[in-house]
Amino acid sequence: MRMPRLTVLLTATAVFTTALTLAASAAEVHVLNWKGYGADEPWAVEAFEKATGNKVVNDFFNSEQEMLTKIRTNPGLYDVVMINAAFNDQAMAEKLIQPIDTSKLPNYVDISKDKAGSPMLDHDGKVYGVPWVWGLTALAINDKSFDKPPTSIAEMWNPAHKGRVIIRDDAVEAVQFGAIATGQNINDIKDMNAVKAKLTSLMPQIKTFWSSENDWNQMVASNQIDIGTYWSGSADRAKTHFKLPVSLVIPQEGAVAWLDAFSIPVGSKNVAGAEAFINYMIDPKFYVEWVTKVGAPVSANTKAVEALPQDAFNRKVMGDPAVAKRIQFQAPITDAQREAYLALWQQLKVDVK
Amino acid sequence: MAVEGAVASRSGLRSALPLLAPAYLWLTVAIFLPLSAMVFFSFMTDLPLAGKPWAFTLGNYAAFFSQSLYLTLLLASLRLGLEVTLWCVVIGYPAAYVLAKVLKGRSREAIFLLVILPFWSNGLVRIFSWAMVLREGGILDTAANAVLPFKINIDLMYSYPAVIIGLVHSYVPYMVLTCYLTLQAIDDSLIEAGRSLGASRLQVLRRVIIPLSLPGLVAGAALIFVPVVGSFMEPRILGGRTGTFYGTVIEDQFVAVFNWPLGAALSFILLAVVLVILAIASPVLKRAA
Repeated sequence: MRMPRLTVLLTATAVFTTALTLAASAAEVHVLNWKGYGADEPWAVEAFEKATGNKVVNDFFNSEQEMLTKIRTNPGLYDVVMINAAFNDQAMAEKLIQPIDTSKLPNYVDISKDKAGSPMLDHDGKVYGVPWVWGLTALAINDKSFDKPPTSIAEMWNPAHKGRVIIRDDAVEAVQFGAIATGQNINDIKDMNAVKAKLTSLMPQIKTFWSSENDWNQMVASNQIDIGTYWSGSADRAKTHFKLPVSLVIPQEGAVAWLDAFSIPVGSKNVAGAEAFINYMIDPKFYVEWVTKVGAPVSANTKAVEALPQDAFNRKVMGDPAVAKRIQFQAPITDAQREAYLALWQQLKVDVK
Repeated sequence: MAVEGAVASRSGLRSALPLLAPAYLWLTVAIFLPLSAMVFFSFMTDLPLAGKPWAFTLGNYAAFFSQSLYLTLLLASLRLGLEVTLWCVVIGYPAAYVLAKVLKGRSREAIFLLVILPFWSNGLVRIFSWAMVLREGGILDTAANAVLPFKINIDLMYSYPAVIIGLVHSYVPYMVLTCYLTLQAIDDSLIEAGRSLGASRLQVLRRVIIPLSLPGLVAGAALIFVPVVGSFMEPRILGGRTGTFYGTVIEDQFVAVFNWPLGAALSFILLAVVLVILAIASPVLKRAA
C-alpha cells in the first residue's frame, strides 16, 4: 500500500511545481504543435498577438505519442493542442481535452460539413476538435532523379533506386503504407503477413528513416535520395518555401489521408485566448498567406480553399474528385494494434541490420 | 596509535559532513528518487495517469526473454560498446602518453585544449557536423577526390562505421584524461632505471608503463563502455537503417508508444547486464594491475 502512495506523491509534486512555475501566465496562449507547422510562423504569431493582445508560446512534438505524453504529464500547461483526428478519441477518453464552444469561433460555420461532422471529432453532440487542415501521406520525388513523375507506388521497390529511398520512422505509417502497397484497407488490414513481406522487400532499398521535415529536405538538398514517403503539406513547403526540387506524387494505388484538428486541453488557463487562436488558425486570410509564403496542406475551411487561385495545387489536385476516390482517411487505432505495429516495425528494422 | 587514528578519522568524517551533504542531498533527490520511481514503473502494467487501471506484473521483464529481438539488439549494443572502447584505447592512450611524458609547457596546454574541445560543444551539433563530413558529396568525399588522382566514392553516412566514428569522437576525451592522470603520476626515474638496466623501449612499455597506468585505462574503459551500450542519439542519426540498437528501442518505448513500463524494464535489464560485466571484469583487471 505504501508504494502507490509514493507515486501519487511524486506525481503530485511534479504537478505542483509545474503549476507554480506557470501560475503567472494568464494572457499567454501555450500552443503545442509540430514544429514549422503554421502555428509558429513568426508573421502569424505577430498578427495574432497584435489583434488580440495574447502572447503566443509555442512548444513542439515529434510524434503523436510525444504530444499525448506532453499533455498527460503537464496538465494545465497548454491552451491549444493540435491533434490528428485519429488520436482525438483517445485524448478525449483519457480526459485530456475539453469540449469546445464553437459559437465562440466565427469561422467555424465555414468548415466543410463532412469534416466538421466527423465522428472522430464529435462525441455526444460535443465538439472536441476543430478541423484545421487535411492532407496526404503520399510519395514525394526528387525532381532531379526523374524525367517524368512515376504513377505507381511500386516505384519505391524499383532496383534503380536502391539505397536512395526514404521512409518515415513510424510504425503506424509504415504498416499503413504497406497496406496500400498490397491493396488493402488501411483501417482494416486483413493480411498482415502480406504487409510484412512487402515491407521486408522494401528495407534493402532504404537509405535511412526520416522523422522530421528537416531530415527529408536535407536529404533532397544534398541529392541523396530519389523517392520516399512524405506529407503533402511538407512537399508543398519544400517546393514553395525552401525552393527544393520536390514534387508530390499521389500514386494510383492510393494514399493515406489524415485530418488535423485543434483541441483545448483540460485545465487550460486561457480558454478565451485558445478560442481566439483556433479561430485565427482557420481564418481564410491566415490560410492564404500560409500557402503563399510557406506552403501548407488543404484547409478544412471551404472559404479558405476558395480564396486560393484556381490552379493552386491544394485546390486543383487535392480538390479533384478522382483523387478523393483514391485516398483513405485514417481511423483511430487501438493501443493493442499500435503495439503490434511497433513490434512488426522493430522486427523489420532488426532483420535488416 | 590505532585508537588515536580511529578518533581522528571519526572527527574527520564529522567535519567532512557539511562538505558531503550537498552532493548526497542532490544525488538523493535528482537520481535516487526518479530511479526508484522507474524501478516501480517497470513492474506495472500501465502508468497510473488519467485514472487508468494498473496492476503489478513481471510481464515487462518477461517480454525481454519472449522475443529474440531484444537479445539480438542487446548483443549488438554490447559489441558496439566494445568496439568503441577499443578504438578509444588505440587513439586515446598514445595521445595521453605524449601529453604526459613528451610534451611540456605551452605545447602541452595547446594539445590538451584540442582534446577537451569536443566536450565544450553540444552533442547534437557534433553529430550533425559528422553528417556533413561523412556523406556522399560531403567534406571528406570532396576533399579526398580533390587530392587523389583517381576517383573514389566515400559515403560512410548511414552505416555502422559512421556510428563508430561519431561515438569514438564523443568519448575519446574520457580515455585521454584518465590515462593522462595515471601516466603523469609515473615517476620518470622508474623508466630511466628500467632503460639503464638494459630493458628495451618496448619492454619498459610492457613491464613498467602499461601496468602502472592500468587503473587509468580501466577507469576510462568503464566510463566509455557503459554509456555507449545505452546510446541512442548517435546510432539513430548516423546509422540510418542499420542504426537500430538497444538504446533506440528503449527510446521508442518512451517516446513513440508511451510504454514507460516496458522501457523502464528494458533499461534495468541493460543496467544489470552492464553491472555483471563490470563485476566479472574487475577481479581480472585488478589481478593484472
